[in-house]
Amino acid sequence: MTLDFTFLTWQLLSSYVLKGLIFSIQLTLVAMIGGIALGTVIALMRLSGKPWLAAPAAAYVNTLRSIPLVMVILWFFLLIPLITGKPLGAEWSAVITFTVFEAAYYSEIMRAGIQSVPRGQVHAGYAVGMSYGQTMQLIVLPQAFRNMLPVLLTQTIILFQDTSLVYAIGAYDLLKGFEVAGKNFNRPVETYLVATLVYFVICFSLSMLVRRLQKRIQIIR
Amino acid sequence: MATWDWQVFCRDTVTSEQQSGCFGQGGDITYLDWMLSAWGWTLSVAALALVVALVVGSLVGIARTTPSRAAVFLGNAWTELFRNIPLLVQIFLWYHVIPSLITPLREVPSFVLVVLALGFFTSARISEQVKAGIQSIPRGQLHAGLAMGLSLPQTYRYVLLPVAFRVVIPPLTSESMNIVKNSSVAFAVSIAELTLFALQAQEETSRGIEIYLAVTGAYFVSAFAVNRVALFIEQRVQIPGTLGAAQ
Repeated sequence: MTLDFTFLTWQLLSSYVLKGLIFSIQLTLVAMIGGIALGTVIALMRLSGKPWLAAPAAAYVNTLRSIPLVMVILWFFLLIPLITGKPLGAEWSAVITFTVFEAAYYSEIMRAGIQSVPRGQVHAGYAVGMSYGQTMQLIVLPQAFRNMLPVLLTQTIILFQDTSLVYAIGAYDLLKGFEVAGKNFNRPVETYLVATLVYFVICFSLSMLVRRLQKRIQIIR
Repeated sequence: MATWDWQVFCRDTVTSEQQSGCFGQGGDITYLDWMLSAWGWTLSVAALALVVALVVGSLVGIARTTPSRAAVFLGNAWTELFRNIPLLVQIFLWYHVIPSLITPLREVPSFVLVVLALGFFTSARISEQVKAGIQSIPRGQLHAGLAMGLSLPQTYRYVLLPVAFRVVIPPLTSESMNIVKNSSVAFAVSIAELTLFALQAQEETSRGIEIYLAVTGAYFVSAFAVNRVALFIEQRVQIPGTLGAAQ
């Protein structure tokens, strides 16, 4: 068969694809910010040394990390309406799912980051009279965050790729936008090819940026 | 919330009647039969994709450490290409796009296409680990091999790779567990694996929680089994005298 891309106009892209692209980016950003915040709390719980805090945090992380993301998406889509009593759209369900799911992965990164900070830093914080909260907030977490920035961003690129899995519950994301356009114009092969290109360009340029950032951080250290 | 109804697995998938003994008789199948066969599909997809990923990933990883600039470039390009496209998009590409561009592939069953998609996707990650494993070996080992008169392939075969593959077993273990989880994406192209079973059985029976719990449990067991097997292999091939060997 011959490929024909002429039907792909800016007008078509903005009416089918733009909406999906915006949702994919929104989902990535919300899940990244929420996931890092929740993940940091979970990491602090795991490192607190108190079993009643560490055990549930470890269970949370290990459970979510052993279930396929698609199943997690399906679980939340099934459970949220049962708990709240009213149906929640696929888009909102996806936002909650990805925040909760990614928190498990971000928390492992933050845990490694916190553990990479020398113990002397904590002692120094206590020695100048800081509380646990102040030591964490002002001394440990800024360093942990900075050391782990490239890894956190790499995880975010993976997160962006994973947002395509909202396909399972029919949310309208970037991939769905291309798919709908392909169905309406009966050109699925071309639209899938362009979708591949768009995902590749976004993810490849982001990973190049992360690599440059990594080099700069290495030099400063 | 309603009460549990685990009997749902004993229902016939066509007539919805309870089958005594929980397995279908005479050609009919129950949901339990269906789930077990779906589990089989999940494991087959994952196992075959793992073979593809290990073979291709090792070759690409080795290529990226050779002195040949062309091989390094091709290896890097392969890794970047398959790492920066979402798995679902890659599966759609293999299923919808490639057969219509390369007509002989139209005869290939979709199961094979999904195995290739998942295998190549994972090969990019494995190539990174194999490359890191080879580079973790001191360069003196390579030079020593060459100085003894071994050719470059011989140095890889007898000096570098036996150590490198042992070093990368732990990251390869987690990649093998990932491949079991990632095989769930095959539901999107109608492979009759566990996630597709979960979606369809949930719709037919409205017992979503029981079905999802069973499927999630099946994924747990599969990933745990992979983990145990890998641990066993790791202990069997341990290099005596290295850290971690003494346990």
